[in-house]
Amino acid sequence: MSTATLRHVGFILRGNPVTLVAGCGALFLVLVAIFGPSLVPFDPTTSNVPRALQPPSATHWFGTDQLGRDVFSRVVVATRLDLLIAASAVSLSFVLGAVIGAFSGYSGGTLDRWVGRFVDVLMAFPLFVLAMAMVAALGNRVENIIYATAIINLPFYIRFARAEVNVRRSAGWVEAARASGNSHARVVLLYLLPNVLPAMAVQISLNLGWAILNAAGLSFLGLGVRPPTPEWGILVAEGARFITTGKWWLVMFPGMALMFAVLCFNLLGDGLRDILDPRMRT
Amino acid sequence: MTQPLLAIDDLAVTFSTRNGLVEALRGVSLTLNAGETLGVVGESGSGKSVTAFSVMRLLDRAGRIARGRITFRGQDITKVGRDILQPLRGAAMSMIFQNPRAALNPIRPVGLQIADVLRAHNDLSAGEARERAIAALEAVRIRDPQTRVDAYPHELSGGMCQRVMIAMAIACEPALLIADEPTTGLDVTTQKTVMDLLADITARRGMAMILITHDLGLAAQYCGRVAVMEHGLVVEQAAPDILFTQPSHAYTRKLVAASTTRTSTVASLVAGEPAVAPLTAPKHAASASSEPLLSVTNLTKVYGADFKAVDDVSFTLRAGESLGLVGESGSGKSTISRLICRLIDQTAGTIRFDGEDISAIPTGQFHRSPLRKDIQIVFQDHGDSLNPRFSAFDCIVDPLRVTLGVKDMRTLRARAEDCAERVGLPINLLDRFPHQLSGGQKARVGIARAIAANPRLLVLDEPTAALDVSVQAVILHLLERLRRETGLSYLFVSHDLNVVRMMCERTIVLRLGRIVEEGPSSAIFAAPKDGYTRELLEAIPHFEPNRRSASAAETVP
Repeated sequence: MSTATLRHVGFILRGNPVTLVAGCGALFLVLVAIFGPSLVPFDPTTSNVPRALQPPSATHWFGTDQLGRDVFSRVVVATRLDLLIAASAVSLSFVLGAVIGAFSGYSGGTLDRWVGRFVDVLMAFPLFVLAMAMVAALGNRVENIIYATAIINLPFYIRFARAEVNVRRSAGWVEAARASGNSHARVVLLYLLPNVLPAMAVQISLNLGWAILNAAGLSFLGLGVRPPTPEWGILVAEGARFITTGKWWLVMFPGMALMFAVLCFNLLGDGLRDILDPRMRT
Repeated sequence: MTQPLLAIDDLAVTFSTRNGLVEALRGVSLTLNAGETLGVVGESGSGKSVTAFSVMRLLDRAGRIARGRITFRGQDITKVGRDILQPLRGAAMSMIFQNPRAALNPIRPVGLQIADVLRAHNDLSAGEARERAIAALEAVRIRDPQTRVDAYPHELSGGMCQRVMIAMAIACEPALLIADEPTTGLDVTTQKTVMDLLADITARRGMAMILITHDLGLAAQYCGRVAVMEHGLVVEQAAPDILFTQPSHAYTRKLVAASTTRTSTVASLVAGEPAVAPLTAPKHAASASSEPLLSVTNLTKVYGADFKAVDDVSFTLRAGESLGLVGESGSGKSTISRLICRLIDQTAGTIRFDGEDISAIPTGQFHRSPLRKDIQIVFQDHGDSLNPRFSAFDCIVDPLRVTLGVKDMRTLRARAEDCAERVGLPINLLDRFPHQLSGGQKARVGIARAIAANPRLLVLDEPTAALDVSVQAVILHLLERLRRETGLSYLFVSHDLNVVRMMCERTIVLRLGRIVEEGPSSAIFAAPKDGYTRELLEAIPHFEPNRRSASAAETVP
């Protein structure tokens, strides 16, 4: 089975090298998040005012900021926090959304109607404003960014899981599972959910990029992560003050990191869709 | 001799797939004269549909004509471009597809769809096209064509949709009509009317027809000549009388033997397999006969406000007995099987199993009942009834894990291997996933799962409807043997009357949720009392030579 899967993945990657590149990029980001903080040349939070606002050089690859901190070290160290926020938020909304959506799609009755209304209400808010309001109300902490991002992502997962389960709920193997003696809850959790997971994996990858952007956006506005913690959104926000004076490297490098991460996860999501699409299999 | 209307010469078609080139046709030669009806029979994968699609040049992009020639009215159309094909399609040759609902555009009235064909080939105004569409609907004997011309496909029954397809296909009076499984999925009585109509129209207008079907009886009854295909080759070609009485090719012989007829028995279907002795009531059945294993009284299931899918149905089933439920689509037979399996709740009535009222337990709670394992079901669509993420082993042991709480891997493995052996599934296939198994193997997994927990009642919901005839024969043989070995009781749900006659001692005929006739199978099939039962029996296509000539005289005016 595993060799067949590998061959299938290989087949897709040969036809779609962008996915391979995006996958490598995502892997690189994860490695940077894990090992980056112990490899960076400078402490990202120690200021060194005499060397402030230096352009990129051999010592400071991405230049230094207004307090003389090494931008390269700060960008690298920020990877861990940004990925962590995005990954936690996405896993939270994925787990909750998949379970709620699956039960809603399977039951199809009153529960489904209530969940549907809840999702509609949630979707009616401008999502980013909702996230801002939640972080502002709950307190300016990293966990709250995660919760806020998770909640504004929730409707997509609920709808997705609901739709995927809904088309499968009358499949023969679901009836067969019931005839084998499975309760409704077991059918949903052990039969239907595993069957919709591959399709949801695509959603997860696409969503990760969006969650990174969302977390950075909140920090940019001064919500959630606070300086001097290195975080891409904060780096961009701090650097933005100096852009008019020609200190482009303060904004440029964290911005590029952000773009690279979002691009990688989005492209990977597209590729995953091809890999997991059953019509591509024979 | 004039040249044939259509000549296919040494046609080979390949499909490029991930696993390299697949040869779908490996040198097919067929000819068809004007006004002739040619039947093409074969099992799935034999290349009969590919032949049809090649003639229409409708192969999808992966398919390529590797060699050979297709000549239509003397013109080589093997390689010609769209400018030559377009005027031919619809006007000179047209096609009827298997699933009429899928082939009709759901958001356009049927009249407009017929008019589309007409206006593509003739210079007609919208009004004229509408008139001609109404005439075409009249020709396919749709009642009230003036109103129906504005109907959408979903407002018409399956049989009517197929007639609309026929109306579209014949609207421009083509010389060649290709019917690809035109009645598969339709009820037998509908099948008969549609096929009679097709035979009548082609005969009256002098059209040639290629009838592609897996049903030998249908081909025998309606075709002047029948070609048998296997693995992309025509293995035998002859008039039906000769083909079915003296088949010369081994594959034809196997196919003819496997086809159910009025007189076939389970043993005669699988020539060569060890014969099953004629069925006698199992020994332990007598002791339990005082109390029926299953007794259903006044069972009713209402959907929505007032649609009665099952309407006041009562019957009993003795232990060890095999009871057939026969009916066409909408007769409520599948609903009854799901009610008895406690997959859906009844609206009214009681179901007693072994003296206990199981209808009192809501279906949401029934998984806790000790009787859950005693009532198992085998589904119609074997591919659909296996969890795509479970291996064959996981599927088979699922009831054991869940209802009996068996956790020990060695016990489960032993039990799965035992079940696999009993249903004739090679043990090395146990670790495969459903998409890696053939249709027949999936059917065996489904049956193995149903018997894994040693049930007492097996509900078989059209267990062979989705299988090729030769596989059906083997599966029926297997079911028959299982019942004799284990003394299981069967509730055998089917639309195929011949299968029910062979498999069941007693038969119930259902129509629109009600029982119309009930009795010993032999009596019902020999002398049906109810008019509807008689109609059902007469609609079955058959290829007994003496009967064929009689019916051919009726259908051809």
